Amino acid sequence: MKLFPLVFANLRRHKLRTVLTILGVALATFLFASLRSVVTTLNQGAEVASASRMVVTHKTAIVFPLPMSYKERLATVKGVEAVTWANWFGGTYGDGKTFFAQYAVDPDTWFAMYPEVGVPPDQFEAFKNERTAALVGKGLMEVFGWHVGQDVTIRGSIYPGDWTFTIRGVYTPTVRAFDDRSFMFHYDYLYEHTDHRAIPGWFVLRLSDPSLAPQVAQTVDDMFQNSSDPTKTGTEKAFNQGFITMWGNVRFLMNSIGMAVVFAILMVTANAMMMTARERTGEVAVLKTIGFTDRTLFGLVMGEASVITLTGAVLGLGGAKLLYGGGGVTMNGMLPGFDVTAGTLVLGFVIAAVLALASGIVPALRAARLSIVQALRHVE
Amino acid sequence: MALVEIRNVHKSFQRDTQTVEVFEGLTLDFAANSFTALMGPSGSGKSTLLNLIAGLDRPTSGTITVAGAAVSGLSPSGLAAWRARHVGFVFQSYNLLPVLTAAQNVELPLLLTRLSKKERDERVRIALGIVGLEDRMQHYPRQLSGGQEQRVAIARAIVSDPTLILLDEPTGQLDKKSAEEVLTLLQRLNAEMKKTIIMVTHDAHAAERAQQVLHIDKGVLAR
Repeated sequence: MKLFPLVFANLRRHKLRTVLTILGVALATFLFASLRSVVTTLNQGAEVASASRMVVTHKTAIVFPLPMSYKERLATVKGVEAVTWANWFGGTYGDGKTFFAQYAVDPDTWFAMYPEVGVPPDQFEAFKNERTAALVGKGLMEVFGWHVGQDVTIRGSIYPGDWTFTIRGVYTPTVRAFDDRSFMFHYDYLYEHTDHRAIPGWFVLRLSDPSLAPQVAQTVDDMFQNSSDPTKTGTEKAFNQGFITMWGNVRFLMNSIGMAVVFAILMVTANAMMMTARERTGEVAVLKTIGFTDRTLFGLVMGEASVITLTGAVLGLGGAKLLYGGGGVTMNGMLPGFDVTAGTLVLGFVIAAVLALASGIVPALRAARLSIVQALRHVE
Repeated sequence: MALVEIRNVHKSFQRDTQTVEVFEGLTLDFAANSFTALMGPSGSGKSTLLNLIAGLDRPTSGTITVAGAAVSGLSPSGLAAWRARHVGFVFQSYNLLPVLTAAQNVELPLLLTRLSKKERDERVRIALGIVGLEDRMQHYPRQLSGGQEQRVAIARAIVSDPTLILLDEPTGQLDKKSAEEVLTLLQRLNAEMKKTIIMVTHDAHAAERAQQVLHIDKGVLAR
């Protein structure tokens, strides 16, 4: 503890260098936290899926719809407790470039299937009773500053034309990672307005027992195997992860970039520490002459490296947590619940500690092993 | 009674493929409470002898005993602890740490002790008072003159109340007036505080202030 002032005094020697190195570490840990949070948020999105729900899509691709007649047949499968369906609308808002998720759903069955969607009862009733009503996520309401009762016009791309809806309800997810930026409206409205052309994009099944999932998937897919619209049935988690893989190998990419950034900053920090140690060869010799042991000097140099990297980590990781913690950043609605997890923070600090060790070890060993007489010969 | 006993010390350096013999069986005593000036031409071995006595370097063979402790036989960490307790070293170019104030520089040896902050501060104040710089405690080295810097270095050397004060050309970079002040201070430390002082110098005038002058030439003592 007595030696801390000496560590801090040394850090003040080249204030600009110290500040720039700390900012470098801060930026690296901030980027690491941001990139890793993309991965953890994607994973969280998959994890939030209920084990008792399964999703039935077209075998070829999710963009192909399924006949409504499947609803009754799916309900007969052993282990299936309830069936609902939805349709991806894919429209744009405002200037024609603003996009958010819009689904046509069956109010009677959809919300019973998703208890994660929390809606005040009066608003839910109002939504159910009006064919052109919409139910909107709280996050999306905040983004556009909408209010209940407001008319919102969406330009359809899959279903062309201007579609005007009246917001009758606002939902708040009861689970943090659940999307709060979706726009839901009546399937019946879509069906009628498209001259009965719109049919379900996918079905969702609720199982009486999650352990029945493999059998249910097999039964459903066998049932429609020889039809014109064969199905692919999987757990909701697999369905959500399927969306993630549509992004490509995001996990690998994000982790690779994150580690590359950390490695780059390791080089910068190590270089700064080496420069600092070289400049102070004479001073190290003087301290040894006074009676400082090799071990103490090793600790002093490591202390400096630790203060630099840990301060940078506090700034970088703390900054990321502050920025993303409010839930305001969702990457244009694609990553609801985007946040820095405790695991990412711990990993960030572990990386910072490794960074301190890796950047400080060589100059610290040099200081510890320095020959007093030879070093003084350079100074005197 | 001898405080420092040097017995049959050999010291050689390896320079490229050549072995350079500095001392070949040097035997010498320094009495307690003495003030000795070591003189001699460059390369004669004065500074090497000072480094050996301070435990900064080790003899190739032979023994060096200071106040009963066989310095040449101590481990590196034991030697560091011994230096902290028994040796005050003053360099020609002061060697104060530029990022620390005068008081913080003087406090450095005390950071290795178990003294409390209050006790350390008190000792620093006394040491700087002895060298006449009590009013410069919060000044950084760049804010001091050369003479003042050297006096801070002497305060650093005496703050832990060492047995032995070793000085390597302490007036080498000072003007005449500052050199006189430093030499007067050393005489006071020797006379009033009974410190044993060994000073390497080229300056005959500085050597005159010592109680005895030893001449070394090519590693051999010439009284």
